Amino acid sequence: MSSFILRRLLAVIPTFFVVSLTVFLLIHLVPGDPIDSLMRAGSSPALREQMAAKYGLDRSLFEQYIIWMGKVLTLDFGTSIIQGRPVAALIAQNLPSSLTLGGTAFLFSSLAGIAAGVLAAKYYGTRIDSSITSGILLGSTIPSFWLALLLILVFAVWLGWVPVSGARGWSSLVLPVIATGLGGVALVARVTKVSMIEIGRQDFVTLLRAKGVSESRIRLQHILRHALVPVISILGLRIGWILGGAITVEVVFARPGLGSLLIRALNQRDYPLVQGCLLMLSMAVILGTIIGDIAQAAMDPRQREASK
Amino acid sequence: MTTIVSESRRLRLPVSVPAVVAGLFIVLLVVSAVLAPTIAPYAYDAQNIEVMNEAPSFAHFFGTDEFGRDVLSRIIVGAQTSLSVSVTAVGFSVLTGLVLGSVCGYFGGLVDRILMTVIDLTWSFPEILIALMLVAVVGAGLHGVIIAVAIAYLAQFTRLTRTQVIQLKKEAYIDAAVNLGASDFHILFRHLLPNALAPVLVAAMLATGDAIILEATLGFFGLGAQPPTPSWGAMMSSGTAQLFVAPWVIIIPGCAVALTVIALNIVGDALIDSLDFRNKAREG
Repeated sequence: MSSFILRRLLAVIPTFFVVSLTVFLLIHLVPGDPIDSLMRAGSSPALREQMAAKYGLDRSLFEQYIIWMGKVLTLDFGTSIIQGRPVAALIAQNLPSSLTLGGTAFLFSSLAGIAAGVLAAKYYGTRIDSSITSGILLGSTIPSFWLALLLILVFAVWLGWVPVSGARGWSSLVLPVIATGLGGVALVARVTKVSMIEIGRQDFVTLLRAKGVSESRIRLQHILRHALVPVISILGLRIGWILGGAITVEVVFARPGLGSLLIRALNQRDYPLVQGCLLMLSMAVILGTIIGDIAQAAMDPRQREASK
Repeated sequence: MTTIVSESRRLRLPVSVPAVVAGLFIVLLVVSAVLAPTIAPYAYDAQNIEVMNEAPSFAHFFGTDEFGRDVLSRIIVGAQTSLSVSVTAVGFSVLTGLVLGSVCGYFGGLVDRILMTVIDLTWSFPEILIALMLVAVVGAGLHGVIIAVAIAYLAQFTRLTRTQVIQLKKEAYIDAAVNLGASDFHILFRHLLPNALAPVLVAAMLATGDAIILEATLGFFGLGAQPPTPSWGAMMSSGTAQLFVAPWVIIIPGCAVALTVIALNIVGDALIDSLDFRNKAREG
């Protein structure tokens, strides 16, 4: 097991390299020389060189990358151009809100998805199944930001049950969680349903029935347990989405968070902030995927063997 | 006790009623997008201060927006933007994926390992995050969105083609072609690719649906089509300010996105069922 964890962690290094290189190059691919915007008109070329040297822009791209990387590893992402504050501080300030939303949405999509999948499998071929299945299709095809807007319209404006936007108290969390999690619910429900049906066809289930075990006990204690293996692997992939999956919803609900920070920075061309946010969100994806892999390997020894 | 009836997909009729309806909807949508300026009842950018934020009526089936522009006309012209962007992007993605995937699957080796490592890397990222990263690099606007969406789906098609090619490579007729002295190029493009194509095309149909959502999302953030060009996402973006006064400005484009994506999914699923390669097209 520990060698599995080590191998997975080693595999992160190239991933981190590629992601960080992309994020680093971002600022160099953008048209326009950053020095130009710092210089006053009519400045001497000597002053220009001096400025370039001050910001390390006279060195080769490779050297610049190493320097930047060194700073990033000490959590120094530079200073936001528009807000004039350290990027790391802005990220730290917005991270808890994103984690709360993403984490709750993850829980919601796991529990509601498994429940819906089990129900659909139990009533396979009936109206309950087909309504759940069409619900799944609907849930996976509507854009989450649109769902968010509709939820605001119905529950906050017309019914007035919850606040329209912001992040005060748990009641302001309900709608964002539903909007973020519904796509996940659909995915989890679909996998659970297929897996429940497949496991239900196996011989040991017939044996359990022959032994006279009650139907609900067979479903919840025996079939579900085996059926959860592929579900867990899907959920493992989704852990990485906890932060990145809520970007759109954060913006719509005007909640503080990495997503709304990133979109604002993109629209204001605040590149140090864009870099910091993208790097953070990507790291969260990578980290989440590893946690998912390890959880899966801990549950299923075949996974550990397969990756050797 | 519930008994589970095993489906025999091969025996089922290839088309069902929902699939036909969905197919007709897509045809109708494509035709109206192509003919957009001719069939739209008003010019998409014609402003009319007298009918600002008006609810749906006979004069304006889907109501009007904050500038008194006809929402129906903007939906029709917006379909042009949304469809052409997603189809172009997925087209690029499929073509590149076919080439990369077949080269990787056929030749294997170091190139395959390096490419697959990179592909697996993008695999675990949410598409919206990849797209935002790329839009940050290439810049906002329709070109940026096309590139971002194309690259966001590249991994899927490369993997799918690769798996197909690796499976087909074991078939006897490929051995026969090798023994007859056919060149790698000939085997790849005359024998392997045509047979690997069907699942890739169905996956492309499903991906087009996802691409429409992604395009709408980027448009909603103001990173896609720039005003006054209408796109479904941009329409919803400008509608947020009017959410309380004129909700139809947001509801209608959202319905357009949802219906299109659902229709594409139904047709795609029907094709998968009738062609019986569910596992191949879904897993990739």
